[in-house]
Amino acid sequence: MSRPRTLFEKIWRRHLVTAGKEGLPATIYVDLHLVHEVTSPQAFTGLDERGLPVRRPDLTLATMDHSTPTDPSIDDARLRVLDPEGSAQLDRLQANCERHGIPLYAMGDERRGIVHVIGPELGATQPGMTVVCGDSHTSTHGAVGALAFGIGTSEVGHVLATQCLLQHRPKTYEVRVDGRLPEGVVAKDIILAVIARLGIGGGTGHVFEYTGEAIRALDMEGRMTVCNMSIEGGARAGLIAPDEVTFSYLEGRPMAPAGDAWEAALDDWRSLPTDEGAVYDRTTTLDGSALEPMVTYGTNPGMAIPIAGAVPEDDAIEPEKRASFRKALDYMALEPGQQLQGKPIDVVFVGSCTNSRYSDLEAAANVLRGRKVADGLRVLIVPGSDAVKRQAERDGLAQVFVDAGAEWREAGCSMCLAMNGDQLAPGQYAVSTSNRNFEGRQGAGGRTFLASPLTAAASAITGRVTDVREVLS
Amino acid sequence: MSKSFTRYTGTMAPLPIQNIDTDQIIPASYLKVTDRSGLASGLFSRWRYRDGDPEGDPISDFVLNRAEHGEARILLAGDNFGCGSSREHAPWALVGYGFRAVISTSFADIFRSNALKNGLLVVPVGEDVSAALFDAVAADPATEVTIDLEARTLSLPGGGETNFEVDPFARRCLLDGTDQLGYLLNQAPAIQAFEAANAARLDTRSD
Ligand code: SF4
Repeated sequence: MSRPRTLFEKIWRRHLVTAGKEGLPATIYVDLHLVHEVTSPQAFTGLDERGLPVRRPDLTLATMDHSTPTDPSIDDARLRVLDPEGSAQLDRLQANCERHGIPLYAMGDERRGIVHVIGPELGATQPGMTVVCGDSHTSTHGAVGALAFGIGTSEVGHVLATQCLLQHRPKTYEVRVDGRLPEGVVAKDIILAVIARLGIGGGTGHVFEYTGEAIRALDMEGRMTVCNMSIEGGARAGLIAPDEVTFSYLEGRPMAPAGDAWEAALDDWRSLPTDEGAVYDRTTTLDGSALEPMVTYGTNPGMAIPIAGAVPEDDAIEPEKRASFRKALDYMALEPGQQLQGKPIDVVFVGSCTNSRYSDLEAAANVLRGRKVADGLRVLIVPGSDAVKRQAERDGLAQVFVDAGAEWREAGCSMCLAMNGDQLAPGQYAVSTSNRNFEGRQGAGGRTFLASPLTAAASAITGRVTDVREVLS
Repeated sequence: MSKSFTRYTGTMAPLPIQNIDTDQIIPASYLKVTDRSGLASGLFSRWRYRDGDPEGDPISDFVLNRAEHGEARILLAGDNFGCGSSREHAPWALVGYGFRAVISTSFADIFRSNALKNGLLVVPVGEDVSAALFDAVAADPATEVTIDLEARTLSLPGGGETNFEVDPFARRCLLDGTDQLGYLLNQAPAIQAFEAANAARLDTRSD
């Protein structure tokens, strides 16, 4: 019998074209390459310069998401005037995909959406696969038990040309979350707590595998939220072993296997979970039952506290990190020891590949139903995909948002990275369900508190950073 | 753009901040380019210019705007440099500005990989070496160090040198000035064999 292996090892071994030795990286095969407009043009140019074709357009899928408008009144013609550069980038993607025969979900396509939302939604990302994209949140797809990670544009070129990547084997890191989550605590709070614990560089060189009762109890979309932010803990990939929740999510999706192929796939997928007795390079354990809704106070996702807590005091920060801590608080215009709860805000953003799926919108709508957003507050609800948008419109969620006074937008990355004109004004505070609170991430001078959709919705009602448990009780 | 690196001697620009993310190195507003040019002016633009606007006033105390560091081509940064977004625009901007190397105690995985593919050497050092370098630059901005990739050494300001780790394959490519794609393309037979033995998992065109 072979020795016990982790989920990561099993996927890694299956994809070795050549094993790395004597300092040489391994060559691993890529089952699915996702492409978007921002990180691909220079890669296609590189191919053209060498006269290379795309090796496997049938394993490549492109979408438009990062710089697309979410304001329903902006059509193609207006976009060309408002944002000629962004528009040119979209044209370039279209031309590149046409030339190389790569399927593209362009503006107006019902399958279009944020790359990390549509992959699982279409059943394109499946257990045991390797999935890459020129985007760090590719880790999201690990929720289905795929080894999925972000790559740079040079590597996008490598994959286009060869369907392979040169990689050194990462180490494994088990992140175990035991227990049952209390009321008001959701997937986003788990991952913010994990990052606060490990630090934003804590997973560097590693692949996370999330295990434990609290992870198992999450639905697929919650698992995606957790895996999505693995990169915020420094890990390029985060994995969750596939189980019945995974299978029932995938069954019947357009690109998932069907019929006999489905049965064969199930047999295979059931062999993927980490074997009893397999060893991780590192392990950490959190008690899920002790978690609280989390919110960030600083300028990286590791600077997070339970919502009822306070910004740390100087002396809680290691001396060599104090200057950076102070810089972050200066940027956020906060004081050490300050409570965040009750802090007035200007904007609430519900969206991004972290929290823009149907269940995220549903959670927010359940809080907002029959209520109004606070006077003067801007609330943006941006579905992750066109499919999510349509479903939310069919089921009445969209109406809940509109009735509450929120803006209901087209699908896209939107204010998560503020490339498309959806952005904070300098000095504004936002509660955001996205993944990065870096300086200026949501607009130059903008200040971000990252939190769950529940916390965002509760804060939308009061116009202040609010503990959802108080609104619900 | 040269993608080779052998040896470089020069001064350092100190940026003693931890966790500098790629959104700071090059903000998203610069990501609309379809080539690699024009990024140098966006490098650290939010820290470098008033309102982040390269047409606006330089922020005089930011390191790249200080006369004594204007010529520096080695960036000396705090822990976990290059975290966040996978944008290769970050090393493109650093290289476009003229940087040859970044010294830090640690680098984010994707940034490291991207940098090495663009002739930008990442030099990881221990905390004591990092502290000594920051002290030396503070005492004398003209302090020079030599980075020797062949020998994998960094000379120390007070004399002596320290070894640094670098991915041996990336090192070879940098020393030879070759890119990694060529190496991958040469593996076509192995890739073909892999494809023959492993049926594709899906067809994205079938939907
Ligand atoms: S939603 Fe944000 S984090 Fe996700 S892919 Fe888009 S820009 Fe990146």
